Amino acid sequence: MVKIEEYEPIVGKGVLHELRLLAERLKGKSVQNVNSTAIGGGVAEILNRMVPLLRELGVDAKWDVIKGGEKFFVATKKIHNALHGADEEITPELWDIFWDTNMKNSQELQCASDIVFIHDPQPIGLVNQKIERRNKWIWRCHIDISQAQKQTLDALRAHIMRYDAAVFSAPAFAKEFSLRQFLIAPSLDPLSDKNKDLPLSVIEETLSAYGIKSDKPIVTQVSRFDRLKDPVGVIEAYRKVKRYVDCQLILAGGTAADDPESVEVFEQVKKQAEGDPDIHVLLMSQNDIHINALQRASAVIVQKSVREGFGLTVTEALWKAKPVVASSVGGITVQIKHKHNGLLCHSVDGAALAIRQLLQNPDYARHLGENGREHVRQNFLLTRHLRDYMLLFLSLYNAEDIVYL
Amino acid sequence: MTRKKILIVPTLQRGNGAPEFTKGLPWADYGGKIYRSMTFKADEPFIFYSSLRLVELTGVRAATLPELAGQIRAIGSSSIYYHTHHFVRQHLHLAPEPPNDFAYWVSAALGDEPLAEELSSVDIMAYSSIGSIRESLISIIEGALEKRPRLRNLTAPEGEEFDFLKSVSFVLPTDYKARDLEEFSNCLRLVSLDSIYFHMFEARLRLERPTNDFSNWLAASLGEEELAVNIVRIDPYTQTGEGIRVNILDILERRIMALADMRVPNRK
Repeated sequence: MVKIEEYEPIVGKGVLHELRLLAERLKGKSVQNVNSTAIGGGVAEILNRMVPLLRELGVDAKWDVIKGGEKFFVATKKIHNALHGADEEITPELWDIFWDTNMKNSQELQCASDIVFIHDPQPIGLVNQKIERRNKWIWRCHIDISQAQKQTLDALRAHIMRYDAAVFSAPAFAKEFSLRQFLIAPSLDPLSDKNKDLPLSVIEETLSAYGIKSDKPIVTQVSRFDRLKDPVGVIEAYRKVKRYVDCQLILAGGTAADDPESVEVFEQVKKQAEGDPDIHVLLMSQNDIHINALQRASAVIVQKSVREGFGLTVTEALWKAKPVVASSVGGITVQIKHKHNGLLCHSVDGAALAIRQLLQNPDYARHLGENGREHVRQNFLLTRHLRDYMLLFLSLYNAEDIVYL
Repeated sequence: MTRKKILIVPTLQRGNGAPEFTKGLPWADYGGKIYRSMTFKADEPFIFYSSLRLVELTGVRAATLPELAGQIRAIGSSSIYYHTHHFVRQHLHLAPEPPNDFAYWVSAALGDEPLAEELSSVDIMAYSSIGSIRESLISIIEGALEKRPRLRNLTAPEGEEFDFLKSVSFVLPTDYKARDLEEFSNCLRLVSLDSIYFHMFEARLRLERPTNDFSNWLAASLGEEELAVNIVRIDPYTQTGEGIRVNILDILERRIMALADMRVPNRK
């Protein structure tokens, strides 16, 4: 397990000192995180790192996962898509399953900590316990709800309003809710297997393990197989680039336990890629070293999402000083300032043009990549995230704009 | 922190051939030459504070320039502070650096470069309060609307509206304290950039102190008026956080070395 001191060479002594000071101010408060999956996806990944570090700093933190059957996750996936703005029909039966499962979890999972931190919509109904417990509740929404389907958001609204605060990843996600709303970007862990420096030999071995040669520049999108990540659009963009630059494409990702659609999308992508030996569609089990190696082996990283809560894969690519082409949606716009530390696009054609520009102008690509790494160092590392969460907890007990601790 | 004027010791106080320092004062005049006590320590230490920022969403948006000017007029000062300072914290490591949020939005979402340039060149150092920065921004936008009425027709694309955010600052003392120049310099090397930002930016504008905290203490508690002025002259808005740290340390180091050269001769 990584210790907090190990971040000192990256972020400096002063930052760790401040984290300890904040943790002292939270002495006596307990924090309970709740989400819907222990493995897969950005939320589980962050909590896996965050909770042990909070504990090491002296904050009484824990993490619980709700239970749900197949139909519950079908419902939550549809709710997820609808909140992202997709045209989903959520039947009354699915809503019943959603609320019933929340109710059952509420009976089994005691949310008695001083601060209950609910991640995403799946466990949102647990807030019913607040009346009897009178503790503080935060809803952490990792989804881009800027164009949420109205009736789905309305169905959740009454529950959201019971929280003391909501947290979003981008300014455009804020709604006219009458509760305090905060902006906290997610983060990456620079010491994790997915982000630490790798020797060249590991990168070469990884490419070889997947039968990929490094004789042509590699364009990569790392994302779970999800329509909102537009993997088919990435293939279309790659084909437009390929007319001018002989390159290869990697689409790498896994499936998440709470995403029943991902297998279907994977099959569709494989079919789309048929007949081109330079397209590598990799369904990977959780192998962070391999993901890290594939990102580092790439000349350009793409994230052509249709919607994006934040886009941690973009952060990962920036941290590796890779030039990134990403859709101008959701939290990606918080991370990439167009032409400063990456290129933003709005279409398949835009993505193709940006990829071509980067492949054919390596100095420009390197400059964007270096700016990207610095941007992540300053704003999107786990230590900043830990600090923001502790400030968020403290804000529940202080309503002013300037708080003297 | 109250400001004290420290005077150079007016009369020569000789013991056994070397100047003597009046208790509580750092200077002595010895044969017409001014000496400074290297061991002089301020009565009140400089305590390094840090200000940690949480960003709150206000839900207030603007899609056009008249809306932007209207919201700038109505929104709380924590929002004005955020949008004229967050780029300093978040983006100053970037080359080339993006301008303040209002200028970036006018350029990126509305595409009007002349107004963006005018907004980005607002000299924050020239203003002593958030209120005066607010007035300046409104005056620039309204002035542009008057001169070029078609600007009223510009509208940000869907999803690219200006979102007003605000800073919630948590101010807390760190363990770093200094009573003399060397201690001050050593602490400055170790504190986080948040601490430097607090004393250089936030104390002056948000807490409405007369100058940055470093200059205030150096002049009032150590009598280092010139040093204080040199730090006031640093323009913190056009360099990185680390750049500000290095600049102040340079000024301090030069002063510490100069003082070492001015040391009182050994008693013989």
